[in-house]
Amino acid sequence: MDISIVSLLATLIVAATPILLAATGELIVEKSGVLNLGVEGMMIIGAICGFIAAVNTDSPLIGFIVAALAGAALSLLFAVLTQYLLANQVASGLALTLFGLGLSALLGHRYSGIRPPSSPKMEWFGMAELPVVGPIFFNHDMMVYFSIFLVLMVWVFLKFTRGGLVLRAVGENHDAAHALGYKVIRIRILAIMFGGACAGMGGAYLSLVRVPQWTEGMTAGAGWIALAIVVFASWKPWRLILGAYLFGGVTILQLNLQANGFDMPVSYLSMAPYLVTIVVLVIMSSDRTRASLNAPASLGKIFHASS
Amino acid sequence: MKLLKTLMTGAALVVGLGGMAQAEDKTKVGFVYVGPVGDFGWSYEHNEGRKAVEEAFGDKVETMFVESVPEGADSERVMTQMALDGADLIFTTSFGYMDPTINVAKKFPNVKFEHATGYKQADNVSIYSARFYEGRSVIGHIAGHMTKSNTIGYIASFPIPEVIRGINAAYIAAKKVNPDVKLKIVWAYTWFDPAKEADAATALIEQGADIIMQHTDSPAAMTIAEEKGMYAFGQASDMKQFGPKARLSSIIDDWAPYYIARTQAVMDGTWESTSTWDGIKEGMVGIGDFSNDIPASVQASATALKEALMSGATHSFTGPVNKQDGSAWLASGETADDGTLAGMNFYVEGIEGEVPN
Repeated sequence: MDISIVSLLATLIVAATPILLAATGELIVEKSGVLNLGVEGMMIIGAICGFIAAVNTDSPLIGFIVAALAGAALSLLFAVLTQYLLANQVASGLALTLFGLGLSALLGHRYSGIRPPSSPKMEWFGMAELPVVGPIFFNHDMMVYFSIFLVLMVWVFLKFTRGGLVLRAVGENHDAAHALGYKVIRIRILAIMFGGACAGMGGAYLSLVRVPQWTEGMTAGAGWIALAIVVFASWKPWRLILGAYLFGGVTILQLNLQANGFDMPVSYLSMAPYLVTIVVLVIMSSDRTRASLNAPASLGKIFHASS
Repeated sequence: MKLLKTLMTGAALVVGLGGMAQAEDKTKVGFVYVGPVGDFGWSYEHNEGRKAVEEAFGDKVETMFVESVPEGADSERVMTQMALDGADLIFTTSFGYMDPTINVAKKFPNVKFEHATGYKQADNVSIYSARFYEGRSVIGHIAGHMTKSNTIGYIASFPIPEVIRGINAAYIAAKKVNPDVKLKIVWAYTWFDPAKEADAATALIEQGADIIMQHTDSPAAMTIAEEKGMYAFGQASDMKQFGPKARLSSIIDDWAPYYIARTQAVMDGTWESTSTWDGIKEGMVGIGDFSNDIPASVQASATALKEALMSGATHSFTGPVNKQDGSAWLASGETADDGTLAGMNFYVEGIEGEVPN
């Protein structure tokens, strides 16, 4: 076997970044007590809007900003439905996915077969030239570092800030938070929009860096993986990185093993990323008390100030 | 489609009563696609065929389609809905729709079904496919000449005869012009997942492949080849816009003539259950323009191969060819019969790895 561990690690980071971004957003949403299953829809809207913006301005950075705005705008629809009209969150989230897939196909109609501007690699004072650690850590585009920075910020926010405490309070017990005078609806809407923005950027990472092209339905289930990874991480920010990189890693590894003619039934290799996800989910949830302790207590419950 | 329906109804109203009467005997044709119509590959070309049907028959026909239908139970629901909506003819355009098509066809004996790339026929189910392997021979020939690393990467979808046949045809043709050529195969287990297809292409390039072939539906691999300065071939559709430098040639599916002929047959009442397997000769399989990177001598030999396949002077599977385990399959000069090809489940000699089951 001559699989290069270095290039493997470098590519797995790229493969994991879209789901890491989307999962980070969803973590905040769920921490506020809202279950938004529309990650896939917001991702694909981000993918096409970011793509359109990047192609027209020739700037990947503007592409990612527009993708975040577009994802947040779409999530606002979900927010209005679930927070003001008190619609069922599961159904609204699924509807959001379908809506996003359809709308993106419409928007992207004239954008097939165009190449987006390529995202430049970050400049780390020539550290990319270092052996081994160079290509693994210092030879990526800015979004890879941004996604990790975002996890750091989310961790700091949830753990050390008053805002994070309020967000968690809303997610754990919205009635108590309301009684204390916190604006439950407003906080949740902000969380939902943050989630949308992150999912949008994750989608744009697919269309601008990882694939890079626009094709209808190109997220192909990445949003669902992001949702699974939030549970996998038991709502802890750092574990998101572990989950996303593990999933990305197994995916890339199995493809490389196949390309290398590794002697193992291909169907098992191909299943591996999903199997690993399921196995870890089972292990995580085997201890019922611990799993339920970690999940925000008000997750998915509808809040109305009158109740 | 709703909009189209509305427009058509509107148009019929304008024409008046005569138009109304015509709208009544419109032939309804349904299409079920495995990917989005914007995949710029497999489903895209089937949808081009649908548009050609609309163009050919104008307001005598009404078409409907459902895209991104998962293979399996869900497709049965979609087909049933189409039949209930009054479809006279339904094209189901992916291998995995085979059993669902047969099941639904049993329930609607008056509706005609056409299943692509499968092998189960019934009184009201025709089967049709193209001899894509002929195209594979041509691009395999080009790849054998063009590879510098003597390694061709192949992104396969599912281990079904259709895909295995393509791998074998490409390998035989490449090996013929380049005895040192090696094939690295990655099974993606999906027809359409651009991110995974892109990752598969990246993995193959990391493992030394400098030319990528694919049997998946999106142009993602082409984009990766373009980015990494490697070569690739358009699959199902030309895909030139995705890899202006990378694309060497392409296999293009052209379903339009078949779809028009079958719709005509339903209109005339002459539709019968048939099994169609057309190739380059009939025009169902087309070879895209050659890239300027291909030397003139190779362009000439590839064109000659294409013409020989057209005239029947040569066959993609001509002996001597052994199976992977070394046992004899085709004697010298012998060509493979359609039955063996249709059920092909083995690699030919020289391909490494096992066919997944």
